[in-house]
Amino acid sequence: MTAIQINRVEKSYKSLKALGGVSLAIEEGEFFGLLGPNGAGKTTLISTIAGLIRPDAGSVSIHGHDVVTDFRAARGKLGVVPQELVFDPFFTVRETLRLQSGYFGLKNNDKWIDEVMGNLDLTNKADANMRSLSGGMKRRVLVAQALVHKPPVIVLDEPTAGVDVELRQTLWKFISRLNREGHTVVLTTHYLEEAQAMCQRVAMLKSGQVVALDTMSALIRRISGSQLIVHLASGDLPDDLRHLVSHDEHQNGNKYSLRVNEYSDVEPILARLRASGAVIDEMQLLQADLEDIFLQIMDKGSL
Amino acid sequence: MSFASVGFQTLLYKETLRFWKVATQTVAAPVLTAMLYLLIFGHVLRGPVAEYPDITYTSFLIPGLVMMSILQNSFANSSSSLIQSKITGNLVFILLPPLSHWEIISAYALASVVRGLAVGAGVFIVTVWFADLSFVAPLWIVLFAVMGAAILGLLGIIAGIWADKFDQLAAFQNFLIMPATFLAGVFYSVKSLPPFWQAVSHFNPFFYMIDGFRYGFFGKSDVSPWISLAIVAVFFTLLATVAVNLLKRGYKLRH
Repeated sequence: MTAIQINRVEKSYKSLKALGGVSLAIEEGEFFGLLGPNGAGKTTLISTIAGLIRPDAGSVSIHGHDVVTDFRAARGKLGVVPQELVFDPFFTVRETLRLQSGYFGLKNNDKWIDEVMGNLDLTNKADANMRSLSGGMKRRVLVAQALVHKPPVIVLDEPTAGVDVELRQTLWKFISRLNREGHTVVLTTHYLEEAQAMCQRVAMLKSGQVVALDTMSALIRRISGSQLIVHLASGDLPDDLRHLVSHDEHQNGNKYSLRVNEYSDVEPILARLRASGAVIDEMQLLQADLEDIFLQIMDKGSL
Repeated sequence: MSFASVGFQTLLYKETLRFWKVATQTVAAPVLTAMLYLLIFGHVLRGPVAEYPDITYTSFLIPGLVMMSILQNSFANSSSSLIQSKITGNLVFILLPPLSHWEIISAYALASVVRGLAVGAGVFIVTVWFADLSFVAPLWIVLFAVMGAAILGLLGIIAGIWADKFDQLAAFQNFLIMPATFLAGVFYSVKSLPPFWQAVSHFNPFFYMIDGFRYGFFGKSDVSPWISLAIVAVFFTLLATVAVNLLKRGYKLRH
């Protein structure tokens, strides 16, 4: 079943086109990453999913419920962690979570509230006023607020921006558990290593357009594969290997960066070098990562 | 919507708890202000009201002050809550859940009624000792108090949604609510005004709230309480419709 269906969503602010016809389908149970530079339209898209922004054109549905025409059913299935660190200064952590449960129609939700607070290391702050909490603690409460109604779809808009390693680990452990239990998770982050570690599938946005959409492994494979770096002590690179030299890697003396798609490509290259009389001084195999892909895509504009 | 819905009850509870946690500022302070009005004006303007010879000025003033406090505090409750939530960004906690437009409007308006009546009761308790008040028609008193508070709660919602900054809200309060309340006959009988200003006063909906409320005490009013009730009911319906439509359109809330 499709958890979030986004159909040709457009949104403009005066002359600025924030979203230019975005279409995406996020399946139930996926851990999905929404990546892009500042101003790419990530938060606008998330706000549209959450019903905080009305699109100029197109539609969004959560578990088949349109976020505008059937907003109550759609919002009941969604938990959103907003990017801004917002809180209500009148209440304690427990009061905040009880109120948020109530807004979603849940009474007597303390058992789950206690579990959420325990998983986010908030238990000893349960009776503290929101004003007295540090930024990291406030961020944990925001996450807890999004989870009080056990939403089948969880959207996290840069949840780890400016927070310490401990919270990141605590948060990802809990979110991963919820994802394993069947919750769909949509994540935006500027920490690409986080997205690479957590997400099964990724969409990259640039200037309000989807410029890449694929599984994490396929994306890494498709864009650049791996790099075999060889530093030759003597001899030269045979001509029949020169087509493997990465066009965007600089060639430094007798150090070459060669593109390989699979590990099995490595041995024939080494054999060819030996046969040509070249002696390898130093060798390294580098896996492409999401950051390489991100930079390539943002540089070129699309795949 | 249903008043039994947990979402509505929770939002009502939150909005009530919000002002109650700072009751010194939201309840005690306006009670003290009204008390000062009574002491000063009651001292300066002793004697009967010309238009109602058997009613002393202090007796005449008390229902006016009670109603004025109800109206101003009801407005302050919903408007200040909304503008604070908009400016600090925590309104998102209300906008993300599956609350209906009616649930949101009703909860904010009813919490305003609770605060308005709490302040009104406080003003009444501290001022009632200064005059011999009669209670000719208590049901009219309750009816106009609740309707007046609900109307100002709705106006507060509209102002809170419309205003982007605190000073815009302050302008709404100082240039609209305050003059409309003061010129509605809190401190005087509208009958004492020259004919032109009497006619102008009859275009002020606040006049009917205060006049109807005062009728409950003395059984006398500038216009029939039934006419006042009808005008108040029309005003209430109009504002409720405007407030719900603003929320439906997402005006200044869902961009």
